[in-house]
Amino acid sequence: MASSAKKKKGFGHIFVQDFKRNYLLYLLVLPVLAYYIIFCYGPMGGIIIAFKDFKPNFGIFGSSWADEYGFEHFLNFFNSMYFTRTVTNTLMISLYSIVFGFPAPILLALLMNEVKNRAFKRTVQTLTYFPHFISTVVICGMIKQFCLTDGLFNQILGIFGGTPTPFLQYPQYFRTIYTATGIWQSVGWDSIIYLAAITGVDLELHEAAALDGAGRFRRVWHITLPAIKPTIVILLIMKVGGMMSVGHEKILLLYNEAIFETADVISTYTYRRGLLEGNYSFSTAVGLFNSIVNFILVLIANGVSRKVTETSLF
Amino acid sequence: MVERKTAGERIFTVFNTALLVFLSLIMLYPMLYEVFVSLSDPIELSKARGAILWPQGFSTYAYTWVMGKAEVWTGYKNTLFTIVVGLCFNLTLTAIGAYFLTRKNTLWHKPVMVMILITMYFSGGMVPSFLLVRQLGMYNTLWSIIIPNAISTYNMILLRSYFSTIPESLVESVYIDGGSHGTILFKIFIPLSLPAMAVMVLYYGVGHWNTYFNAMIYLQDRSKYTLQLILKDMLIQGSNLDVDEQDAEYQQVVESIKGAMVIVSTVPILCIYPFLQKYFVGGIMIGSLKG
Repeated sequence: MASSAKKKKGFGHIFVQDFKRNYLLYLLVLPVLAYYIIFCYGPMGGIIIAFKDFKPNFGIFGSSWADEYGFEHFLNFFNSMYFTRTVTNTLMISLYSIVFGFPAPILLALLMNEVKNRAFKRTVQTLTYFPHFISTVVICGMIKQFCLTDGLFNQILGIFGGTPTPFLQYPQYFRTIYTATGIWQSVGWDSIIYLAAITGVDLELHEAAALDGAGRFRRVWHITLPAIKPTIVILLIMKVGGMMSVGHEKILLLYNEAIFETADVISTYTYRRGLLEGNYSFSTAVGLFNSIVNFILVLIANGVSRKVTETSLF
Repeated sequence: MVERKTAGERIFTVFNTALLVFLSLIMLYPMLYEVFVSLSDPIELSKARGAILWPQGFSTYAYTWVMGKAEVWTGYKNTLFTIVVGLCFNLTLTAIGAYFLTRKNTLWHKPVMVMILITMYFSGGMVPSFLLVRQLGMYNTLWSIIIPNAISTYNMILLRSYFSTIPESLVESVYIDGGSHGTILFKIFIPLSLPAMAVMVLYYGVGHWNTYFNAMIYLQDRSKYTLQLILKDMLIQGSNLDVDEQDAEYQQVVESIKGAMVIVSTVPILCIYPFLQKYFVGGIMIGSLKG
């Protein structure tokens, strides 16, 4: 009996056996599952309103379907001027962050690694990590203050003979301000992971190279950089995978109508149309479009990463 | 190690040190600037040109103003509430979830893992989440910023990595002695993972302290505003500063007050940061282990 039952263990049987053995564990984890189902999968179900003309009074199921087989809101978005603008701005800001923001922590880590004095190194680390912990509101408050006509930036530029400019009123400066302050805030923190990777490099390699007459620069180029290459590659790929998602938290605090032309990204547009203007269905459609493109990019990035570095997220 | 100090090496060391000192100053200066501005006398401040290196004149008016503002204290109180209550939810749920994810020999381990990982890459988005919170009756309550963010999947995976370093034999021995999963989690896993738990407290805590967006979209009554929302009104919109706009030094008074707001709201982080730095950094190290 026992052996025959073992042989034809159907899924139902396994299910019951597993439940008998682990039900206490499942009971324990129930609140966590409930959280994910309600707060992560609930909103995913709510995405359906992107295909409807959602009216709060009628509820999700009572609202009628949108025209064009439910795709009206998507088509409206694709055909509006905001499509090109927000997609371009999102990609441009990501591009700026990758081109300028990505190498910065690597350089900092390399420079920091050359410091022999431990106390000095610790001090530099403490100071460069610090901006990471200042809240977005405070950071943006300071940026706005500094960008005023008589703000700090203009005061400093004034020394070099620059004409006072309210930088946040002109679209051409936004990306630079956004990226530069972003680097200021995160360069130290982001360098930690590279520093950790550099610390793992075998010291003997350096000694051997030094004996062979390799200077610092050549040792960095031929030993340190190759050693941290996997870290660099995977982080870069992930960064490229996230190109279509630029957060709204910082931009919402910095932008104004005068600079929407360069500052309005998909997420801020979603916020304005959805939560400020109450176009729930339209905004959800825009958000869904963004999520899908994002998801595809992450999948591609992950695939590339698996091929190139043999490491992948999933 | 044979360190041959050539002239080039020496020049590099000097250059490198100078560069790092310069960078550190850039990191530090904006905060220092706010300190100087907040302590400056508005009239003296208006005469100053360039990057100021010390307070212009001296006045504590801005701090008196900020401290006397009841809303600032309400904001502090609400933020403290979200941190304390939020952390209770965060830590309990994250620890339970992380523990479950280390129980690999259960039937539901894989499906749950997949279900959780999907949420890292795909979400319902802003509007459906907003509608859900409203539907659940949490709109305009502090719960709206605590419950919907009770778990950060990233943090949970981080904690799981740490949990998986605990030897399985330990778990088995307790289990054989009749210990429940609760016992294993709370009496073994958590006590053995205190550094990782500290990282969780810090990551979640700083998250609660810094966030403004959810508070902005969910909270209506000013009595429920968190500190960051109060700050947003004052620093970003420049509203609610009830300073006489006809005043000649209006602009400078506002600048000083804003500076004081920046300092007052950053001081708590400023105070605990140096002591906790190693734990923050520890989190990144756990992350790079990758379980």
